Amino acid sequence: MKLVVNRYKCGYCGACVAVCKFDANELIETYLEIYDDKCTLCMACVKTCPMNALEVID
Amino acid sequence: MKDVDYDVIVVGAGPAGSISAKTCAEKGLDVLLIEKRQEIGVPVRCAEGVGKEIEMLVKIDKRFISAEIEKAKIITPNNATIELSADKAGNEVGYVLERKIFDRYLAKLASKAGAEVRVKTSAIGLERENGCVKLKIRSMGEVEEVKARIVIGADGIESKVAKWAGIDTTLKLDEIESCVQYLMTNIEFEENTTYFWIGKKFAPGGYIWLFPKGEDAANVGIGIMPKMSEKSAKILLDKFVRENFPDGNITEIVIGGVPVKGAIETAVADNVMLAGDSARHADPLTGGGIINGMRAGYLAGITAYEAIEAGDYSASFLRKYDERWKNDFGKTLERNKKIQEKLIKMDDETLNKLARSLEGKRIGEISVRKLVIELIKNHPKLLWDLKDILLS
Repeated sequence: MKLVVNRYKCGYCGACVAVCKFDANELIETYLEIYDDKCTLCMACVKTCPMNALEVID
Repeated sequence: MKDVDYDVIVVGAGPAGSISAKTCAEKGLDVLLIEKRQEIGVPVRCAEGVGKEIEMLVKIDKRFISAEIEKAKIITPNNATIELSADKAGNEVGYVLERKIFDRYLAKLASKAGAEVRVKTSAIGLERENGCVKLKIRSMGEVEEVKARIVIGADGIESKVAKWAGIDTTLKLDEIESCVQYLMTNIEFEENTTYFWIGKKFAPGGYIWLFPKGEDAANVGIGIMPKMSEKSAKILLDKFVRENFPDGNITEIVIGGVPVKGAIETAVADNVMLAGDSARHADPLTGGGIINGMRAGYLAGITAYEAIEAGDYSASFLRKYDERWKNDFGKTLERNKKIQEKLIKMDDETLNKLARSLEGKRIGEISVRKLVIELIKNHPKLLWDLKDILLS
């Protein structure tokens, strides 16, 4: 399972970065980077995203 | 040879960052202001409403004012409306800004004061060395290291400076509002009026707003608390817009998170101060962050100057900044966090009842405090719940 961002939906607002306890993401200008090695699939960012741009897939 | 490249590096050219850079530059410090975006002010992440007290912080220029606000209407789940209007008609109580122009204007003030401004420049790492800071930056794709005595992190809700400096500001799911806003045309509303739709039916843990931007366009947006809502901000806003403004057109989409954590314990570490959203300085009740951010920016700038004069950039010296912002608006953050916690717990039926008791009354002041006081007059039971807040 892994966290993925739908770049066609992402509004690069940074809300997901603010709720991540694990430093598993970073907003580089307008590009959301996800670090799979740090992500624990805790779902905090998925629940926070205003645009439903984040999801966990198999 | 100088031991550092700059006295102060400010990360982020929003209102907090530009005001801190301006303040430091006016005091004669060598300042670098960096902004990761290639354009200052966009994409906007804001509903753009501010109270009139902004006049104390910046000279108002009509180029960055979209509308003046004279009235507020609060609409409850059963569509009862509470109207708050300024005692003197025509006496504006606030403004709706044009952030794209406003942010650039403030960056220009920083530049005119002597700060060096660099866009498309991100901070990508921070290390301390011999009492100073080595900031790794990527400027238009080129990585370099710059040395400074102090870094002011005004890098927004997604602040990396806070994390590098060891200040844990991670937001829990009841400490953030998840927001979407549409700039809409072809909709009807009363001019110079802001609207707030409250209750779980509209926005669990937050509210829906309409802020006019001139006569024929308005920001229509929603903020929800992720912990309280099953549905996303976008889904709930789309439903509201379909039901209330079916003929409206959307000319811009604005997306953002607003910290509603209340006052944090500290916004400083060795060589580092945080200002604005990075320090969670937005008001937890209203979500407004511009004025607090600008105040914080000013206070951080003044403190940076004093620290450099004293040659002491340690956290213990910079605590002075903590004291300053806490004395300035920190107490309001704490009080409003308590009010917000009460309000978002109220069920829709209670809100309806409260609104009914105020119907037909004119509240001659647009302030949350005044509204709460009016409510308590009609609902003495509430007084018990809120006594600590109102007495503080």
